[in-house]
Amino acid sequence: MSPDTLLRLYRRMVRIRIFEEKVQELHRLGKLPGFVHVYVGEEAVAVGACSVLRDTDHITSTHRGHGHCIAKGADVAPMMAELFGRADGYCRGKGGSMHIIDTSLGILGANGIVGGGIPMATGSGIADEVLGRDGVTVCFFGDGAANQGVLLEALNLAAIWKLPVVYLCESNQYMEFTPTTDLTAGRIFRRGEPFGVASMEVDGNDVLEVRRVVGEAVDRARRGEGPTLIEAITYRLSGHSEGESAFVSAYRTEEEVDSWKARDPITRFRDLLQTGAGISAARLDSIDAEEQEAVNEAVVFAESSPFPSPDEALDHVFAPAGG
Amino acid sequence: MARAYFMAAMNQALRAAMEEDETVIVMGEDVDRGVFGVTRGLIDTFGANRIRKTPISEAAFVGGAVGAAAAGLKPFAHVMFSSFFYVAMDQVANQAARLRYMSGGQVELPIVYFAGTGPSGSAAAQHSENPHSILMHTAGLKVVMPSTPYDAKGLMMAAIRDPNPVVYLADLRLSRRRESIPEDPYEIPLGVADVKRQGEDVTVVALASLVHVAVDVAGKLESDGVSVEVVDPRSLVPLDWDTIVASVRKTGRLVVADPARRLCGLAAEVIAGVSERAWDSLHSRPCRVTWPDIPVPFSPVLEGRLDVGADDLEQAIRTTMGSPVVAGSA
Repeated sequence: MSPDTLLRLYRRMVRIRIFEEKVQELHRLGKLPGFVHVYVGEEAVAVGACSVLRDTDHITSTHRGHGHCIAKGADVAPMMAELFGRADGYCRGKGGSMHIIDTSLGILGANGIVGGGIPMATGSGIADEVLGRDGVTVCFFGDGAANQGVLLEALNLAAIWKLPVVYLCESNQYMEFTPTTDLTAGRIFRRGEPFGVASMEVDGNDVLEVRRVVGEAVDRARRGEGPTLIEAITYRLSGHSEGESAFVSAYRTEEEVDSWKARDPITRFRDLLQTGAGISAARLDSIDAEEQEAVNEAVVFAESSPFPSPDEALDHVFAPAGG
Repeated sequence: MARAYFMAAMNQALRAAMEEDETVIVMGEDVDRGVFGVTRGLIDTFGANRIRKTPISEAAFVGGAVGAAAAGLKPFAHVMFSSFFYVAMDQVANQAARLRYMSGGQVELPIVYFAGTGPSGSAAAQHSENPHSILMHTAGLKVVMPSTPYDAKGLMMAAIRDPNPVVYLADLRLSRRRESIPEDPYEIPLGVADVKRQGEDVTVVALASLVHVAVDVAGKLESDGVSVEVVDPRSLVPLDWDTIVASVRKTGRLVVADPARRLCGLAAEVIAGVSERAWDSLHSRPCRVTWPDIPVPFSPVLEGRLDVGADDLEQAIRTTMGSPVVAGSA
């Protein structure tokens, strides 16, 4: 793999991490309306998966969607403006953190309903098939969503129609505040097997492994060989939502969190780039600094963006006919 | 012109739309056969790639229509009985009705959600709903409910061409209704009501199969010297307030006949809306005839108790005519 590709993966992961840490800081300062769910620790899944997609391919995302959007190419400035509820946000302030959409990049939307994007991704696959395009849709969902019935419906439909959809479960070990294993029977990736859907797990903290496994699934889908279910094993280093300690007591040990911090996907990849690819710490530090600067600029952009006019609340319910 | 049944009229429009636009596809259970006739025969012309027979997975194909529309198709999702909207309500209310708004207007979702609706004769409480009021209240869904084959065909064309999710409800009581309609495609715009009978003394806003009940009652009352105007809204979202209010301003009296439950229903909305807009022109207290607030029962006798009949409507009209309550003192 070329150094350029490796550095592009690194840069995207760092961009997500810095964006999310800034979001945490802004939330603590009370600057963001509403609640936010950050993706810290799971960056390798989104970046590895989206690195094999074309701009014209589609993704559906989740309530924890900032990472997916950045990985698919979203601009952090209008993203940040959206989190601030401003007129220059991706959705002009109508969606917020959980609903960032950029259809020009194939991002069919973060989604506030757990499992809500699963049928949508399936429909996007139907569009590719009907129109004879070789597009692929990656459907991001969490381990919590794996217990929604629509996953079964979607896997069945995708299997019988051989839809070009990759169902990518991010098993971050928690469904809100409860360990996933407490409330989930069996292994999630095995749920594709009875449908004849290619099913596998992958180390979700290893960006190159995610890229390889999702890449194979995407190639299969483009060849018309149907869907894949992948379970990426990762960990949510932060809470379910920011500020949660105000209403929920500790539900995991520091030892557990520390053990996953030792497997931080960005630290791991950085070490690999230095030891395996001979990339200097200074080069990587400069990427970090550039991304930090970009996120800082995004905050300035967001805070200087006006709020939408209150009457804009009345717009965008319906598209104008003939328009 | 050729005579066509209610569902066949919709079938003609769907066929014409599929011929003019190759991004129109059909999804739903047994759509190759066409349970109500709306999709019948299309498989032979358009093939299985565009006429997609789905498993009994309402959430998957109702939600699938959202993703398909966002990615370039114009799906016609055949939900079969309108009670089944409730099975897929997350995808209807949280996704289809929300995506354009939440995206700040980026997304267009040209979807038709079609279902047969209303009591069709002892189908009981899970196959007899008229959910139009719930869907009207959702924000983000257009809602259509025609009463004649002519309207059905024209509204279907408009619904398919509309860039928004349109819920198209076909009253199953109208299945045997037949009339001469143009063979060529035509469009009736959404949001335009139709005065089905002109009158001077009282406006009856009636929906779907109750339009015909209202016209019959109007004919009967004419011999008693009561002139009834029957307004068929045809589209519920958007609702044609101009036509409804103009009629009430002319007649000064309003009865609403809605084949659905009373609480928070269309009838309540029409009476409230007319009261706000034309209070000064009302000669008497508005009146509504609706179902009681109960699920639809099974036994023909019980189902008959629920139904709005000609007698109920006649009584309501006579009450409205004979209750010279001055507006403001009711």
